[in-house]
Amino acid sequence: MSILVDGNTKVICQGITGSAGAFHTKGCFDYGTGMVGGVTPGKGGTKDPNGLPIFNTCAQAVDATGASVTMIFVPPPFAADAILEAADAGIKLIVAITEGIQVVDMMRVKQQLMLHNARNTDGGPTRLIGPNCPGIITPGPKGKGCKIGIMPGYIHTPADEAKSNKAVGIISRSGTLTYEAVWQCSERGIGQSTCIGIGGDPVRGMDFVDCLELFLDDSATDGVVLIGEIGGSDEETAARYIKAHAKKPVAAFIAGRTAPPGRRMGHAGAIISGGEGTAEAKIEALRNAGCHVADSPANLGSTMAKALGL
Amino acid sequence: MKIHEYQARDLLAKFGLPVPPGIVVSSGDEAANAFTQLNSPVAVVKAQVHAGGRGKGGGVKLVKSTDEARSVANTILSKPLVTPQTGPEGVPVRKLLVAAGVDIAKEYYLGMAVDRARNCPVLIASSEGGVEIEQVAHDTPDAIIREPIDPAMGLQPFQARKVAYQLGFKGKQISQAVKAMVKLANLFIQTDASLAEINPLVVTPPDADNPDGQILAIDAKISFDDNALFRHDDIKQLADPHEEDPAEIQANKFGLSYVKLDGNIGCLVNGAGLAMATMDLIKLHGAEPANFLDVGGSATEEAVTEAFRIILSDPKVKGILVNIFGGIMKCDIIARAIVSAAKQIGFKVPLVVRLEGTNVQPARQIIKDAQADIPTLSVGTDLTDAAKKITAALAA
Repeated sequence: MSILVDGNTKVICQGITGSAGAFHTKGCFDYGTGMVGGVTPGKGGTKDPNGLPIFNTCAQAVDATGASVTMIFVPPPFAADAILEAADAGIKLIVAITEGIQVVDMMRVKQQLMLHNARNTDGGPTRLIGPNCPGIITPGPKGKGCKIGIMPGYIHTPADEAKSNKAVGIISRSGTLTYEAVWQCSERGIGQSTCIGIGGDPVRGMDFVDCLELFLDDSATDGVVLIGEIGGSDEETAARYIKAHAKKPVAAFIAGRTAPPGRRMGHAGAIISGGEGTAEAKIEALRNAGCHVADSPANLGSTMAKALGL
Repeated sequence: MKIHEYQARDLLAKFGLPVPPGIVVSSGDEAANAFTQLNSPVAVVKAQVHAGGRGKGGGVKLVKSTDEARSVANTILSKPLVTPQTGPEGVPVRKLLVAAGVDIAKEYYLGMAVDRARNCPVLIASSEGGVEIEQVAHDTPDAIIREPIDPAMGLQPFQARKVAYQLGFKGKQISQAVKAMVKLANLFIQTDASLAEINPLVVTPPDADNPDGQILAIDAKISFDDNALFRHDDIKQLADPHEEDPAEIQANKFGLSYVKLDGNIGCLVNGAGLAMATMDLIKLHGAEPANFLDVGGSATEEAVTEAFRIILSDPKVKGILVNIFGGIMKCDIIARAIVSAAKQIGFKVPLVVRLEGTNVQPARQIIKDAQADIPTLSVGTDLTDAAKKITAALAA
């Protein structure tokens, strides 16, 4: 099992003809993801180099392909519109890779998605992952796995191929740090049920708690790796949720203990402001909630292994 | 992006908020003229730098005559201003604001920010104005009012009224305060601000024209969402390049994200999270990082070479740790950039390279072949090994 995506998931790419969109559509296609088409206004009726049909609108794409998931590479000024278009077309999982979307636009998008989900109760809510994230992957060969985003597929270990017979879910605000965690787990024979990059922006879709809820319910997930960073209070909220609900071990790491306050550390959301969002406060909250917190990014895998009793 | 106080005041005025008269000057003589022009018995001379805590550093002074305005202005302009936020070397002061003095009956705080937990803008208000809001939040959290705002609707008058009464405004102050709040919220949303603070917002003592006093914005701090600047040409022009680190500006040109820090181990990393984690790793092994540097996912060999140039331009750097987990970024691009940086700039300091991920095999070969020509180059087999090697090299 896995969460949100698997070998049967049908995926389209919005912005499929842009350079990043085209490159990563091929990457996902080659991995074995059920890519079924793409959207670029004005290019409808043509095909991409993988032979995938391109549509002018999301509604047309969903109608023709039955896709339920989209991967968005649309440039920042138009990305908020693309997210809303996907929701309107009936897409249930929107994975927004785009970096640099304006915060005010994202606040409006979040509001609109809430209204959308209140009005359209059939078939569960429309979820958003990202923006400014690597995406989501359920590792596995064609027909079982599903890679949606920019992560390198080969570092992952499918849950049913794990030498330790254990698999974990990974939730992270950072891209490359996720790869680091995946790699260290794979090297120790720990598989991954699903890995989700929730993104480095201050206003984003699914947060730690949304993902934790699904992982704690998933039979293939034996534990969870949670990778946070400075800024905001999502990790503290996650800690409260873990304390109250987690029956599986959670390993955690928080990046940015050495980051100076008031400076944005690459990610728009990675900033300590007004005394809020420090790494120390997050680490303390997670420790108090019973999480196994790794001191060093080099110990992500070993900390998880220990927590799993390996 | 940050702007100066005088620019923030102009923006407040543009959105209809009441701001006392003020004039921007850049010399003692201009300050003296400004004092005369303001025709006020008292004026405030304020250093225009982005750093906060200006008052504590002697960058804000009351003056009562043209001569005093001139001499105070000359003094502030003559040397770098050191505040709790600038570091010991301080920052040069190029401009001053000379603002008319205002009689104050009471000070308030009014601000707009992004509420990250609620995913919406939030109006923050307090009747404890004039001091740092962080301090108020820490000491007396109950003294702070937070009113979440619908990003599509903006601040509604009923919300502003609720806050105005909570703050204790009376009589004609209420409608003035409501207007100020609604206008500040409009400014925040329409300009894509990330923070807009008025501190203090004051009420003047009652006089014949204003039996309940007058509400005025005395000091303002506004910063903007960098990602939204493309749709605000007017705001983009308010940027002051003097306030930015030249190395950071240079890095931006190459699509690199660089923040200078105080330590002596330079780091070159791909990805913001991994870059922060690498800084933490260095600290964990007993040393201090010299910078944050994220080369991003699609950097070219040229950009990565430039990244080495920027790191090495900091004289404090005594060693470099390269930590790459190739995803979109291919490890061989980094390896080639190391070879090219060695030719163009030269590595006199120890350089430890840890590579993993996409194209790592050809990259390792390039590094292996280059080691004969770059004697300071060594390879870290994993994160801990790399951190140990670079800290040991510096200790040696």
